[in-house]
Amino acid sequence: MIELYLFLIFMVTAAIIATEIKDLMAAVISLGAVGFSVAIMFIMLQAPDLAIVQIVVEVLTIVIFVAVILRTTHIDKTIGKKLSGTQILAIVSFSGFAILFLIVMFRTLQEIPAFGEPIMKVAMEYIRLGLSSYGPGGANIVANVILDFRALDTLGEATVLFTSVIAVVTLIRKSGRKK
Amino acid sequence: MKGMSLIVKTVTNIVIGFIFIYGLYIILHGHLTPGGGFAGGVIIAGVFVLKLLTFGSKAKDERSASTQASVWESIGGLLFVSVAFLGLLLAGTFFINFLPKGTPLHLLSAGIIPICNIAIAIKVGAGLFAIFLALAAQKYIIED
Repeated sequence: MIELYLFLIFMVTAAIIATEIKDLMAAVISLGAVGFSVAIMFIMLQAPDLAIVQIVVEVLTIVIFVAVILRTTHIDKTIGKKLSGTQILAIVSFSGFAILFLIVMFRTLQEIPAFGEPIMKVAMEYIRLGLSSYGPGGANIVANVILDFRALDTLGEATVLFTSVIAVVTLIRKSGRKK
Repeated sequence: MKGMSLIVKTVTNIVIGFIFIYGLYIILHGHLTPGGGFAGGVIIAGVFVLKLLTFGSKAKDERSASTQASVWESIGGLLFVSVAFLGLLLAGTFFINFLPKGTPLHLLSAGIIPICNIAIAIKVGAGLFAIFLALAAQKYIIED
Protein backbone atom coordinates (compact mmCIF):
# COMPACT_ATOMS: atom_id res chain seq x y z
CA MET A 1 0.00 0.00 0.00
CA ILE A 2 2.81 2.43 0.92
CA GLU A 3 4.57 1.71 -2.41
CA LEU A 4 1.52 2.98 -4.27
CA TYR A 5 1.70 6.30 -2.44
CA LEU A 6 5.44 6.54 -3.11
CA PHE A 7 4.78 5.96 -6.82
CA LEU A 8 2.00 8.54 -6.69
CA ILE A 9 4.35 11.18 -5.24
CA PHE A 10 6.98 10.26 -7.84
CA MET A 11 4.42 10.59 -10.64
CA VAL A 12 3.18 13.99 -9.46
CA THR A 13 6.79 15.23 -9.26
CA ALA A 14 7.59 13.90 -12.74
CA ALA A 15 4.43 15.46 -14.18
CA ILE A 16 5.30 18.87 -12.71
CA ILE A 17 8.85 18.56 -14.13
CA ALA A 18 7.39 17.63 -17.54
CA THR A 19 5.36 20.83 -17.70
CA GLU A 20 7.97 23.18 -16.26
CA ILE A 21 11.24 22.11 -17.92
CA LYS A 22 12.65 24.08 -20.84
CA ASP A 23 14.08 21.18 -22.86
CA LEU A 24 11.26 19.30 -24.57
CA MET A 25 13.26 16.05 -24.77
CA ALA A 26 13.63 16.03 -20.97
CA ALA A 27 9.91 16.75 -20.68
CA VAL A 28 9.16 13.69 -22.84
CA ILE A 29 11.40 11.54 -20.64
CA SER A 30 9.55 12.77 -17.53
CA LEU A 31 6.27 11.93 -19.25
CA GLY A 32 7.61 8.44 -19.92
CA ALA A 33 8.47 8.09 -16.22
CA VAL A 34 4.85 8.92 -15.37
CA GLY A 35 3.53 6.37 -17.89
CA PHE A 36 5.78 3.52 -16.79
CA SER A 37 4.95 4.24 -13.13
CA VAL A 38 1.30 3.78 -14.06
CA ALA A 39 2.24 0.44 -15.67
CA ILE A 40 4.09 -0.69 -12.52
CA MET A 41 1.11 0.35 -10.38
CA PHE A 42 -1.18 -1.75 -12.60
CA ILE A 43 1.10 -4.76 -12.07
CA MET A 44 1.08 -4.15 -8.29
CA LEU A 45 -2.73 -4.02 -8.36
CA GLN A 46 -2.73 -7.33 -10.32
CA ALA A 47 -4.04 -5.97 -13.63
CA PRO A 48 -1.66 -7.43 -16.26
CA ASP A 49 -4.02 -6.67 -19.18
CA LEU A 50 -3.93 -2.96 -18.46
CA ALA A 51 -0.19 -3.07 -17.72
CA ILE A 52 0.59 -4.56 -21.15
CA VAL A 53 -1.57 -1.96 -22.92
CA GLN A 54 -0.05 0.85 -20.85
CA ILE A 55 3.54 -0.23 -21.61
CA VAL A 56 3.11 -0.64 -25.38
CA VAL A 57 1.06 2.55 -25.80
CA GLU A 58 3.58 4.47 -23.68
CA VAL A 59 6.49 3.22 -25.81
CA LEU A 60 4.74 4.12 -29.06
CA THR A 61 3.68 7.60 -27.90
CA ILE A 62 7.19 8.37 -26.67
CA VAL A 63 8.63 7.24 -30.01
CA ILE A 64 6.17 9.55 -31.79
CA PHE A 65 7.05 12.44 -29.44
CA VAL A 66 10.79 11.91 -29.94
CA ALA A 67 10.42 11.63 -33.73
CA VAL A 68 8.44 14.88 -33.83
CA ILE A 69 10.92 16.68 -31.55
CA LEU A 70 13.90 15.53 -33.64
CA ARG A 71 12.22 16.94 -36.76
CA THR A 72 11.15 20.28 -35.26
CA THR A 73 12.64 21.92 -32.16
CA HIS A 74 13.51 20.85 -28.62
CA ILE A 75 13.44 24.19 -26.82
CA ASP A 76 10.19 25.39 -25.30
CA LYS A 77 10.35 29.16 -25.64
CA THR A 78 7.18 29.88 -23.68
CA ILE A 79 8.60 28.79 -20.31
CA GLY A 80 10.11 31.49 -18.13
CA LYS A 81 8.36 34.41 -19.83
CA LYS A 82 6.23 36.92 -17.95
CA LEU A 83 2.54 36.11 -17.88
CA SER A 84 0.14 38.40 -19.67
CA GLY A 85 -3.12 39.67 -18.14
CA THR A 86 -5.40 37.17 -19.89
CA GLN A 87 -3.17 34.28 -18.84
CA ILE A 88 -3.33 35.35 -15.17
CA LEU A 89 -7.12 35.66 -15.48
CA ALA A 90 -7.28 32.16 -16.98
CA ILE A 91 -5.11 30.71 -14.19
CA VAL A 92 -7.18 32.37 -11.45
CA SER A 93 -10.52 31.24 -12.91
CA PHE A 94 -9.19 27.71 -13.48
CA SER A 95 -7.95 27.52 -9.89
CA GLY A 96 -11.38 28.62 -8.66
CA PHE A 97 -13.10 25.88 -10.64
CA ALA A 98 -10.48 23.32 -9.57
CA ILE A 99 -11.06 24.09 -5.87
CA LEU A 100 -14.84 23.86 -6.38
CA PHE A 101 -14.36 20.53 -8.18
CA LEU A 102 -12.13 19.18 -5.39
CA ILE A 103 -14.69 20.09 -2.72
CA VAL A 104 -17.50 18.35 -4.63
CA MET A 105 -15.22 15.38 -5.40
CA PHE A 106 -14.18 15.04 -1.74
CA ARG A 107 -17.82 14.83 -0.65
CA THR A 108 -18.57 12.30 -3.42
CA LEU A 109 -15.58 10.10 -2.63
CA GLN A 110 -16.70 9.70 0.99
CA GLU A 111 -19.79 7.86 -0.26
CA ILE A 112 -18.02 5.16 -2.29
CA PRO A 113 -16.53 2.03 -0.66
CA ALA A 114 -12.97 2.12 0.65
CA PHE A 115 -9.94 1.38 -1.55
CA GLY A 116 -9.50 -2.40 -1.99
CA GLU A 117 -13.02 -3.28 -0.82
CA PRO A 118 -15.24 -3.11 -3.92
CA ILE A 119 -18.94 -3.97 -3.88
CA MET A 120 -18.54 -6.42 -6.85
CA LYS A 121 -22.29 -6.81 -7.43
CA VAL A 122 -22.13 -6.82 -11.24
CA ALA A 123 -18.59 -8.19 -11.43
CA MET A 124 -19.52 -11.29 -9.41
CA GLU A 125 -22.10 -12.11 -12.09
CA TYR A 126 -19.45 -11.75 -14.82
CA ILE A 127 -17.04 -14.02 -12.93
CA ARG A 128 -19.79 -16.58 -12.28
CA LEU A 129 -20.90 -16.68 -15.93
CA GLY A 130 -17.41 -16.38 -17.44
CA LEU A 131 -16.48 -20.02 -18.02
CA SER A 132 -19.96 -21.56 -17.64
CA SER A 133 -21.83 -22.91 -20.66
CA TYR A 134 -24.17 -19.87 -20.69
CA GLY A 135 -21.37 -17.29 -20.76
CA PRO A 136 -18.82 -16.37 -23.42
CA GLY A 137 -16.39 -19.12 -22.39
CA GLY A 138 -13.09 -17.26 -22.64
CA ALA A 139 -10.42 -18.03 -20.06
CA ASN A 140 -9.37 -14.37 -19.82
CA ILE A 141 -12.14 -12.72 -17.82
CA VAL A 142 -11.13 -9.26 -19.04
CA ALA A 143 -11.59 -10.32 -22.68
CA ASN A 144 -14.99 -11.77 -21.74
CA VAL A 145 -16.05 -8.47 -20.20
CA ILE A 146 -14.80 -6.11 -22.91
CA LEU A 147 -15.80 -8.21 -25.94
CA ASP A 148 -18.93 -10.01 -24.79
CA PHE A 149 -20.71 -8.52 -21.78
CA ARG A 150 -19.65 -4.96 -22.57
CA ALA A 151 -18.93 -5.18 -26.30
CA LEU A 152 -20.95 -2.05 -27.03
CA ASP A 153 -18.56 -0.04 -24.83
CA THR A 154 -15.65 -1.44 -26.83
CA LEU A 155 -17.40 -0.36 -30.03
CA GLY A 156 -17.64 3.14 -28.57
CA GLU A 157 -13.96 3.09 -27.64
CA ALA A 158 -13.05 1.92 -31.16
CA THR A 159 -15.14 4.79 -32.55
CA VAL A 160 -13.26 7.28 -30.37
CA LEU A 161 -9.92 5.99 -31.71
CA PHE A 162 -11.26 6.08 -35.30
CA THR A 163 -12.41 9.67 -34.85
CA SER A 164 -9.07 10.77 -33.42
CA VAL A 165 -7.16 9.11 -36.27
CA ILE A 166 -9.42 10.85 -38.81
CA ALA A 167 -8.87 14.17 -37.01
CA VAL A 168 -5.08 13.84 -36.95
CA VAL A 169 -4.79 12.68 -40.58
CA THR A 170 -7.16 15.44 -41.76
CA LEU A 171 -5.48 18.25 -39.83
CA ILE A 172 -1.89 17.33 -40.71
CA ARG A 173 -2.35 16.25 -44.31
CA LYS A 174 -0.30 17.78 -47.07
CA SER A 175 -2.44 17.00 -50.09
CA GLY A 176 -5.51 19.12 -50.66
CA ARG A 177 -4.29 22.15 -48.72
CA LYS A 178 -4.31 25.64 -50.12
CA LYS A 179 -0.89 27.22 -50.32
CA MET B 1 12.75 10.09 -43.71
CA LYS B 2 16.40 9.09 -43.30
CA GLY B 3 17.48 5.71 -42.01
CA MET B 4 19.78 4.91 -39.08
CA SER B 5 23.27 3.41 -38.73
CA LEU B 6 24.41 -0.11 -39.64
CA ILE B 7 24.33 -1.30 -36.00
CA VAL B 8 20.69 -0.32 -35.60
CA LYS B 9 19.82 -1.91 -38.95
CA THR B 10 21.46 -5.24 -38.04
CA VAL B 11 19.84 -5.41 -34.61
CA THR B 12 16.46 -4.50 -36.10
CA ASN B 13 16.81 -7.24 -38.72
CA ILE B 14 17.29 -9.76 -35.92
CA VAL B 15 14.55 -8.67 -33.50
CA ILE B 16 11.81 -7.41 -35.82
CA GLY B 17 10.41 -10.86 -36.64
CA PHE B 18 10.26 -11.85 -32.99
CA ILE B 19 8.39 -8.67 -32.08
CA PHE B 20 5.90 -9.32 -34.89
CA ILE B 21 5.30 -12.91 -33.74
CA TYR B 22 4.90 -11.72 -30.13
CA GLY B 23 2.27 -9.25 -31.33
CA LEU B 24 0.42 -12.02 -33.19
CA TYR B 25 0.61 -14.21 -30.05
CA ILE B 26 -0.85 -11.43 -27.89
CA ILE B 27 -3.70 -10.97 -30.39
CA LEU B 28 -4.55 -14.64 -31.02
CA HIS B 29 -4.33 -15.63 -27.33
CA GLY B 30 -6.27 -12.55 -26.22
CA HIS B 31 -9.14 -14.64 -24.89
CA LEU B 32 -6.81 -16.95 -22.91
CA THR B 33 -3.96 -14.85 -21.48
CA PRO B 34 -3.53 -11.17 -20.59
CA GLY B 35 -3.40 -8.97 -23.64
CA GLY B 36 -5.87 -8.81 -26.47
CA GLY B 37 -6.58 -6.91 -29.64
CA PHE B 38 -5.61 -3.45 -28.41
CA ALA B 39 -2.21 -4.38 -26.96
CA GLY B 40 -1.33 -6.69 -29.86
CA GLY B 41 -2.36 -4.09 -32.42
CA VAL B 42 -0.12 -1.50 -30.81
CA ILE B 43 2.80 -3.97 -30.88
CA ILE B 44 2.18 -4.62 -34.62
CA ALA B 45 2.08 -0.85 -35.22
CA GLY B 46 5.36 -0.63 -33.28
CA VAL B 47 6.94 -3.15 -35.68
CA PHE B 48 6.07 -0.94 -38.66
CA VAL B 49 7.26 2.20 -36.85
CA LEU B 50 10.57 0.46 -35.99
CA LYS B 51 11.08 -0.60 -39.61
CA LEU B 52 10.30 2.89 -40.92
CA LEU B 53 12.59 4.62 -38.40
CA THR B 54 15.47 2.19 -38.96
CA PHE B 55 15.54 1.77 -42.71
CA GLY B 56 14.05 5.11 -43.74
CA SER B 57 11.67 5.58 -46.63
CA LYS B 58 10.90 7.71 -49.65
CA ALA B 59 8.16 10.35 -49.54
CA LYS B 60 6.20 8.49 -52.23
CA ASP B 61 6.20 5.24 -50.22
CA GLU B 62 5.11 7.13 -47.10
CA ARG B 63 2.13 8.56 -48.96
CA SER B 64 1.01 5.14 -50.23
CA ALA B 65 1.62 3.65 -46.76
CA SER B 66 -0.61 6.35 -45.27
CA THR B 67 -3.40 5.48 -47.72
CA GLN B 68 -3.00 1.77 -47.00
CA ALA B 69 -3.09 2.37 -43.24
CA SER B 70 -6.34 4.30 -43.62
CA VAL B 71 -7.83 1.48 -45.72
CA TRP B 72 -6.80 -1.19 -43.20
CA GLU B 73 -8.16 0.84 -40.31
CA SER B 74 -11.53 1.01 -42.09
CA ILE B 75 -11.41 -2.74 -42.82
CA GLY B 76 -10.82 -3.47 -39.13
CA GLY B 77 -13.65 -1.22 -38.02
CA LEU B 78 -16.04 -2.70 -40.58
CA LEU B 79 -15.08 -6.25 -39.52
CA PHE B 80 -15.83 -5.41 -35.88
CA VAL B 81 -19.20 -3.83 -36.70
CA SER B 82 -20.13 -6.60 -39.13
CA VAL B 83 -19.55 -9.23 -36.41
CA ALA B 84 -21.96 -7.23 -34.25
CA PHE B 85 -24.55 -7.03 -37.06
CA LEU B 86 -24.16 -10.76 -37.83
CA GLY B 87 -25.24 -11.37 -34.24
CA LEU B 88 -28.28 -9.18 -34.88
CA LEU B 89 -29.13 -11.10 -38.07
CA LEU B 90 -28.45 -14.66 -36.91
CA ALA B 91 -29.37 -14.60 -33.23
CA GLY B 92 -31.47 -11.48 -32.84
CA THR B 93 -29.26 -9.44 -30.52
CA PHE B 94 -26.59 -6.86 -31.35
CA PHE B 95 -23.14 -8.21 -30.35
CA ILE B 96 -24.44 -11.57 -29.15
CA ASN B 97 -21.88 -14.40 -29.02
CA PHE B 98 -23.50 -16.54 -31.76
CA LEU B 99 -20.60 -18.88 -32.55
CA PRO B 100 -20.11 -22.20 -30.68
CA LYS B 101 -18.14 -21.69 -27.46
CA GLY B 102 -15.84 -24.74 -27.75
CA THR B 103 -13.79 -26.11 -24.84
CA PRO B 104 -12.53 -23.47 -22.41
CA LEU B 105 -8.76 -22.85 -22.38
CA HIS B 106 -8.40 -24.00 -26.01
CA LEU B 107 -7.29 -21.69 -28.80
CA LEU B 108 -10.54 -22.14 -30.72
CA SER B 109 -12.99 -21.20 -28.00
CA ALA B 110 -15.03 -18.27 -26.72
CA GLY B 111 -17.10 -17.75 -29.89
CA ILE B 112 -16.73 -14.31 -31.45
CA ILE B 113 -14.10 -13.00 -29.01
CA PRO B 114 -11.02 -14.05 -31.09
CA ILE B 115 -12.58 -12.56 -34.25
CA CYS B 116 -13.29 -9.29 -32.42
CA ASN B 117 -9.71 -9.31 -31.09
CA ILE B 118 -8.32 -9.66 -34.63
CA ALA B 119 -10.61 -6.88 -35.93
CA ILE B 120 -9.60 -4.52 -33.10
CA ALA B 121 -5.93 -5.37 -33.65
CA ILE B 122 -6.13 -4.48 -37.37
CA LYS B 123 -7.97 -1.28 -36.53
CA VAL B 124 -5.72 -0.12 -33.69
CA GLY B 125 -2.49 -1.09 -35.43
CA ALA B 126 -3.35 0.63 -38.70
CA GLY B 127 -4.77 3.67 -36.89
CA LEU B 128 -1.73 4.25 -34.71
CA PHE B 129 0.61 3.72 -37.68
CA ALA B 130 -1.43 6.30 -39.65
CA ILE B 131 -1.06 8.74 -36.73
CA PHE B 132 2.70 8.10 -36.65
CA LEU B 133 2.97 8.67 -40.41
CA ALA B 134 0.93 11.86 -40.21
CA LEU B 135 2.81 13.30 -37.22
CA ALA B 136 6.39 12.16 -37.65
CA ALA B 137 7.06 10.95 -41.18
CA GLN B 138 5.26 13.17 -43.68
CA LYS B 139 6.52 16.65 -44.33
CA TYR B 140 3.89 18.88 -42.87
CA ILE B 141 3.38 22.58 -42.93
CA ILE B 142 4.18 24.49 -39.76
CA GLU B 143 4.54 27.98 -41.12
CA ASP B 144 0.91 28.82 -41.97
